Amino acid sequence: MKLAIDQFLEGPKTKAAVDDFLDAHQFPLVQDDTITFVWRGEAEAVHLRHWIYGLGSSQGLSRMEGTDLWHQTLPLPSGSRVEYKFEIVRDGNGHWIRDPLNPHLARDPFGANSVAHGEDYSVPDWIHPDPQCPPGTYKVIDYHSDVLGHSPTRIYLPARFRESRDYPLLIVHDGEDYLRYASLGHILDNLMARREIPDMIVAFTDSTARLTEYANDERHAHFLTEELVPFMESEFPLRTQPQSRCLMGASFGAVAAFSTACRYPGFYGRLLLQSGSFAFTDIGEGNRRGPAFDPVVKFMNEFRAAPSAVSERVFVSCGMYESLIYENRSLIPLLKSTGMNVHFREARDGHNWENWRDRLREGLSWLFPGAFLMMYE
Amino acid sequence: MNTDERQHEGSVILLGPQSWHYADVTRTINELDIDGPIALVTAGWQENESDDSGLQKALDRPTINLSLHARSEGVADAEADFVAAWTLRQKHLRRLQEFYRIRLQSIDKAAGSIAVRHASSELLEEQLEISVSQLRHLDADHLQRCATIRERFDNDWPISSLPSLESQREEVAEELQACKALIITGGHVVAVLNRLRLFDVFATWDDRPIIGWSAGAMVLTERIVLFHDSPPFGTNLAQVLDTGFGLCPDLVALPDMSRRVHLDQKGPIGRFSRRMAPAHCLALDPGSRIRFEDGKMTAVEESARLDEDGQVNWGWTP
Repeated sequence: MKLAIDQFLEGPKTKAAVDDFLDAHQFPLVQDDTITFVWRGEAEAVHLRHWIYGLGSSQGLSRMEGTDLWHQTLPLPSGSRVEYKFEIVRDGNGHWIRDPLNPHLARDPFGANSVAHGEDYSVPDWIHPDPQCPPGTYKVIDYHSDVLGHSPTRIYLPARFRESRDYPLLIVHDGEDYLRYASLGHILDNLMARREIPDMIVAFTDSTARLTEYANDERHAHFLTEELVPFMESEFPLRTQPQSRCLMGASFGAVAAFSTACRYPGFYGRLLLQSGSFAFTDIGEGNRRGPAFDPVVKFMNEFRAAPSAVSERVFVSCGMYESLIYENRSLIPLLKSTGMNVHFREARDGHNWENWRDRLREGLSWLFPGAFLMMYE
Repeated sequence: MNTDERQHEGSVILLGPQSWHYADVTRTINELDIDGPIALVTAGWQENESDDSGLQKALDRPTINLSLHARSEGVADAEADFVAAWTLRQKHLRRLQEFYRIRLQSIDKAAGSIAVRHASSELLEEQLEISVSQLRHLDADHLQRCATIRERFDNDWPISSLPSLESQREEVAEELQACKALIITGGHVVAVLNRLRLFDVFATWDDRPIIGWSAGAMVLTERIVLFHDSPPFGTNLAQVLDTGFGLCPDLVALPDMSRRVHLDQKGPIGRFSRRMAPAHCLALDPGSRIRFEDGKMTAVEESARLDEDGQVNWGWTP
């Protein structure tokens, strides 16, 4: 079947035709494993700015002759999710904007991007508040770390929390971002209510210097293991076996989780690592990603030289459209070779919070299976 | 050895999931012509155990909810040391279940890998037999270990040392005496199993009819098998959990099978069926009904059997 944009390009090149075309479709146009981006307006050039590793990061849109309509068609496999912006060039200066024809946005700590979905992608229903699933409660602990200083930590208690029960502990890096951009609070409420994961206590931690503290920093590992966990165990009814302790994080947060587990082998029995910045080199220690990655490369090279079973169950996810897919894919056989139980999920997505959000159900329920398998109504 | 196994000389009827109008269980009670009070075990609903008004209304007969979940909470308050030991035992059992599952997965993976090799059908069949035999050995070993742990626990905590539990058991036995039939609902299968064991519900129950649906049906068989081909975390291999009460021999009960099992996957279905043989793997879908009389399967309605060749045998009857 001919693409809608191709049909349109064969027709009259008039303002009225462009008006009709824009009225008749939703944008971007997703059709037959392709996506067509469209922008209308006067400019010297228009570029598609996206974060799809494997495609050039800047794709120029073509102007339809005689009109002010710009377009670009790219492949988009089924199930894909992509974030993007347009760069509008006027007077020699580029200005990045969201797609005015697309109301869908994906938010992150830097603002928001336009987001488009390939066929067969849908936003999971389990990320939204569900009136059938009672919400947990939160309290902020104004914790002061001896090694890191002020370390406020938000604690989540499950809706059915009872002092007389004991619970697993999940520690989340970049906790506020997981709550704000990955709906982790609603997801915990829903998965616990639906018995897909057990009730658990969650500590949302944050760092004001994540690029240093999360990059295999001894102080950070000390803070979590020698300070936060003992504090949590003294304040809350927690199970103290390794298999009831989980560290999770995304990007540098995943490095923080993994490197902490490596510094304290056997202490954390569960790891949830999303799009980990697991940069390494096969020769030398130089890396193309910048100085922030130097300690990461050193750490990963050491682990790769002598991998060991630092945990029991490790869930790893990564987007196929992010450059870190190479590092994450490379890590999986190494982790498996140690005897750890490893579950790896690739998604047609990028290095962003909604990708990490969409993998949480699978990751959490695999690491902590709830009573789901026991339920026969 | 299963110390829980019972014989029942009367009717035992197994059903699939019940919708809000409880049509199958009501029809069954009517056909059995039960004219007296009915004992209800709704422990599978856990903290919602007492929400049985819909069921009571549908049955349209006097009912006595044995409140086993609430009773167990009362025992927990009264017998702190016992409950601490119980909790430790349950943690140990969960760990065993995890290790058993790791072994299962590696055998099943090997079986799947060998099955796609280019070899003669005779050799592949022989290899399949080896895989099935290994799976059966693991299942049996796991059940034995669970039974041993429970037996040791029961010896360490005789009922005579637990006055609170003893009196609760007496109350349950008294309530059961007045009832003409016993209904065990679905829900959390471990919650049902453990509460029935804790209060020794079948100790004084004679040959009066028993009706169980879903989880309540699973606990009446010899082996409780957990299964779901599409869990939220991807894939899952069926695993035995524990022995049941054995009132319905030679049957693996599969509640809601059509929704939970990939019925088009002949290889895994065939392996599962062989693994469970000689027991029949039967669906308990909505509308299904399997009847046992004097410990023998006599009638199967609206069900299907998983056959050893991987076929789903709809309409199978004994």
